[in-house]
Amino acid sequence: MIAIIDYDTGNLRSVCNALDRIGAEYVLTDDPAVIAQADRVLLPGVGEASSAMAKLQERGLCEVIRELKVPVLGICIGMQLMCRHSQEGDVDCLGIFDADVRRFEADPSAGVKVPHMGWNSLTDMKTGLFEGLSEGEFVYFVHSFAADVCDDTIAVSANGRRFSAAMRRGNFYGAQFHPEKSGDVGERILRNFMNL
Amino acid sequence: MVAKRIIPCLDVKDGRTVKGVNFVGLRDVGDAVELGAEYARQGADELVYLDISATVEGRGTFVNLVRRISERINIPFTVGGGISSLDDAARLLDAGADKISINSAAVRNPSLIDQIAGKYGSQFVVLAVDAKKVNGSDHGVGTTGGEVADRGVEERWQITTHGGRQMTDMELFSWVREGQERGAGEILLTSMDHDGTKAGYPCELFARLSEVLTIPIIASGGAGSAEDIAAVLSEGRADAALAASIFHYGEMTVGQLKSRLRQMGIDVRV
Repeated sequence: MIAIIDYDTGNLRSVCNALDRIGAEYVLTDDPAVIAQADRVLLPGVGEASSAMAKLQERGLCEVIRELKVPVLGICIGMQLMCRHSQEGDVDCLGIFDADVRRFEADPSAGVKVPHMGWNSLTDMKTGLFEGLSEGEFVYFVHSFAADVCDDTIAVSANGRRFSAAMRRGNFYGAQFHPEKSGDVGERILRNFMNL
Repeated sequence: MVAKRIIPCLDVKDGRTVKGVNFVGLRDVGDAVELGAEYARQGADELVYLDISATVEGRGTFVNLVRRISERINIPFTVGGGISSLDDAARLLDAGADKISINSAAVRNPSLIDQIAGKYGSQFVVLAVDAKKVNGSDHGVGTTGGEVADRGVEERWQITTHGGRQMTDMELFSWVREGQERGAGEILLTSMDHDGTKAGYPCELFARLSEVLTIPIIASGGAGSAEDIAAVLSEGRADAALAASIFHYGEMTVGQLKSRLRQMGIDVRV
């Protein structure tokens, strides 16, 4: 059973629908006991980092997440919350990944827009999360802040600057893109996560 | 770099897609969910579903259809038409919409942009803008191959509402800048002078817009050929192109269009 952490942020239905399409079973929950017993944990979310972090804290979920031993996948803001610090709202985050989250700089003359929105390609892909996928595969991004490339980076993309499109440390994984919205490639990544 | 997006637009009435030339003379072209799934299969980057009856007839939004789309479609989709309150937006978000587009309601009440973006984030808010050229030197409809005849130095683009039927006194550039400042995540611009004509986009206008906006711009209205779309994505520097007729009437598939765009040097996801 997958626990999808429901901390009142953004559109969880897309993630649920994607899991339905690949036939995975899940429960939406903010109950620490349920999360601690799950086989897999998803930390999704769209929204603003400092308020999302506050919601995790209000629910007493920060320690629960840090202590998980099963595969955990943070998606979009979920991955950013697993970093050290976010410039968005100047907030300390969970500190699982060894990176800081910084805003993109728009550069209209170079075609660099903020938010970074749309399909971008992945390079330097590592780990079983990308099993069966090749370099240059496109996935869907929507974000204005991104984590720097670091030792935990397992896929890179670029919008003006290179950033961590995916990260891993131990059992913790993060995807800056939205696998639930990335067509067949995204479904493959979700299936891979189920098989980690 | 992020790829240029190709976005089929499905105008919806009673759960079925329709498309009209200049919004008049509607013709039924199919089931909204099935057609969207087919476009996704062909390689569409996103979909836009517009409830065209909503603004005109004051109808409510189409939440059940949105729920079915969300269950079936594995790429992002935007819904629009008749969204005039934070509650409307919330219902559509809960039903699974990735983004909403607001148009006339934002013109009437610009703070609606702040409210929705403040609550759900800028990525959720597409500001749709229907513009019409006034006091230009000519009427500016492009010729073949994406060439555009817009040359009036004094040209001024005004915002219209209600499918182009009502002219406002708002000027395009100041409105889209305001929209961006209020929190819109994208601008979807339709030239009402070009919409449905299949004569190409006003590329010069789009290029000028890209100088003043930091958020992505989606070009809409006027695509008659792959060359038109290539022109607005390159010369017009738009981030995405939205089209309907070119796909709905089977002139080309999304996949065929993207292959042609790639041959013309446009960076698209194939």
